[in-house]
Amino acid sequence: MASLNPESSNGRYAIEAKDLNLYYGDFRAVKDTNMKFERNKITAIIGPSGCGKSTVLRAFNRMNELIPIYHATGEVIFNGTNIYNDDVDPVEVRRHIGMVFQKPNPFPKSIYENVAWGVRKVTNYKGKLDDIVEQSLRQAALWDEVKDILDQSGLALSGGQQQRLCIARTLAVKPNVVLMDEPASALDPIATLRIEELIQELKKDYTIIIVTHNMQQAARASDYTAFFNMDEDRAGFLVEYDRTTKMFTNPEKRLTEDYISGRFG
Amino acid sequence: MSVTPDEALSVSPADAHEISAEAAKLSRRHFVGKVWQVIFASSTLVGIVALTTLLLNIVNSAFGYVAVENTVQPEHLAINGVPIERMPKEDLVAVLESHVSAGLMRRFENEIPWEERTREDVYNLVLERVVDPKPVAQWSLYESLFTVDAIRQEMVERYPEADLIFKSWVTPSFITSPQSSNAFNAGVRTAILGSLWTISIAIIFSFPIGVGAAIYLQEYAKDNLINRIITLNINNLAGVPSIIYGILGLALFVRLLGQVTSGAIFGYTDPMTANGRTILSAGLTLGLLILPLIIINAQEAIKAVPNSLRQASYGIGATRWQTIWHHVLPSALPGILTGTILAISRAIGETAPLVVVGASTFITFDPDGPFSKFTTLPVQIYQWTARPQDVFRNLAAGGIIVLLLMLLSMNAIAVLLRNRYSRRI
Ligand SMILES: Nc1ncnc2c1ncn2[C@@H]1O[C@H](COP(=O)(O)OP(=O)(O)O)[C@@H](O)[C@H]1O
Ligand SMILES: [Mg+2]
Repeated sequence: MASLNPESSNGRYAIEAKDLNLYYGDFRAVKDTNMKFERNKITAIIGPSGCGKSTVLRAFNRMNELIPIYHATGEVIFNGTNIYNDDVDPVEVRRHIGMVFQKPNPFPKSIYENVAWGVRKVTNYKGKLDDIVEQSLRQAALWDEVKDILDQSGLALSGGQQQRLCIARTLAVKPNVVLMDEPASALDPIATLRIEELIQELKKDYTIIIVTHNMQQAARASDYTAFFNMDEDRAGFLVEYDRTTKMFTNPEKRLTEDYISGRFG
Repeated sequence: MSVTPDEALSVSPADAHEISAEAAKLSRRHFVGKVWQVIFASSTLVGIVALTTLLLNIVNSAFGYVAVENTVQPEHLAINGVPIERMPKEDLVAVLESHVSAGLMRRFENEIPWEERTREDVYNLVLERVVDPKPVAQWSLYESLFTVDAIRQEMVERYPEADLIFKSWVTPSFITSPQSSNAFNAGVRTAILGSLWTISIAIIFSFPIGVGAAIYLQEYAKDNLINRIITLNINNLAGVPSIIYGILGLALFVRLLGQVTSGAIFGYTDPMTANGRTILSAGLTLGLLILPLIIINAQEAIKAVPNSLRQASYGIGATRWQTIWHHVLPSALPGILTGTILAISRAIGETAPLVVVGASTFITFDPDGPFSKFTTLPVQIYQWTARPQDVFRNLAAGGIIVLLLMLLSMNAIAVLLRNRYSRRI
């Protein structure tokens, strides 16, 4: 089996997509995508609804394969290995490239178990479980709020707390990259801000790719921004990809400028 | 829009016409609504009336006056003026000895020697074997409550020897006594134990298989033509009349697998159960019967588990099996259990397939394992109703009450389980 050990590589880029085409049955949802994601940076993916942002994101940890009609061509290089190689196990991929979903989805278990379950079942962590639970909850800026109620149900928390719990759960299995699909879109503005602050903290240790339909969020919170749009066949494609400051002040493409200034989408 | 009171009151004739037309239409709409409400209420009423009639009918037969005639009047058994109520044990044994055959006495002796029997025990034997009260006539609860005079009249005219007692056919001893040809001693213990045995075997057989199949169909099987046909057929199987399962059980478990279901290949040879008409065959037949129900219910429960939960699990690198075992199944469990219990309560009431598989018409000993002969509660009720003597109809009513209580408690357990698990977290 190919090794996906994150320590085995420390190149500049954590993930690199090469000629990626993603299909649902006969429908091509994303076409000819080539892009690289820099380590310990936050990259935002923006674009109109239905242009394939989520599809692209889920291609990076092979989550799409849960959809039976999905298939992909091209390569996604993670630490020097194409994760689509036949000898790569998607289960292994997802453990190193974690994911946070649009709607908070804690397990219907206690707060403690939400974080500890993955550590126990997925990693071969040898230390004390309590320690990694605390550490993960601290990383997710949730520890102070829940340290006294660890045995309560994760579902009893507020939406914003639930989402941070999901982030803690993802961090607990020590991924290398964290994919986030509109993690704040179901939250109120204050909870959204907290998640954005949290993401800034996390980039010290993780490479973060975040899909958002909120342009202010992309502008505030990311280092790089990738803009996707749809062609006439509704296939998503990468229009422009650059530093966020450049994208929002002086984009190369007319389409990007129109989208960012709110003229469509 | 702001309207002053004056404006609101001054209505032009044209407006007035429109308003009254509108009002007429509105009252018509209300009328239609009322009509439907009455229709729905009557439907409910019909249902309630049907159920009440059923229950009243059963209760009507389960309680009432009985005319009892003793084979030997207890007064005639008195020794030196001491009635049997006050006799010591030894005298009671003597009474017994002078009224029953020597062979029966030896059987009693063999079961429990006389020295070890209590006085109470011997006294009951005397009542049962010598006094031997027999019902000669019985009346329904309604008659017993409202036509007492007529009953007394009839007693004097037709049964001058008999006593009139008010009897409840459901009593603790009815539940704990085995089957008997004497209506006063007959009980449902054999049948209840038979029901519990067959149901347990049915569950042990069909729960794991049913849930396993549901997991496969919901979580592993691709959505292709073959699997859709399989699912469709399982749905159809759930609607197959139960007697057909009985015929299948007869052919498969009793005939084809007779060596297994009779226990012969396990070296279990009971001359009384030479063929495969055993608890095991009955249990497996009921198992087949509820298998499609369990599969369908479990499939529904698994389908109801939100996909976001599966994604959460896969998203941190869990395998499919871990996702199913740790997340999907626990979430689906209340639904699976509820469905299973409902399937079981269907099986408990099944009669036809068990009659076909070969329920015994008359057994007085408790079933002692999967290779015993069997009868079950509904079969027992069915057989009682088929007896020529009227008094067994009353026993059947008592049996029905026991069966209904069993079903009610199963359904109560189902509700409790569902509430408990769904509230747990
Ligand atoms: N499970 C699916 N099956 C079929 N088509 C899908 C599925 N998920 C998404 N699509 C299609 O793929 C396209 C991209 O969807 P998505 O990646 O969700 O877009 P976005 O996240 O940018 O809104 C859309 O046209 C959508 O209809
Ligand atoms: Mg999306």
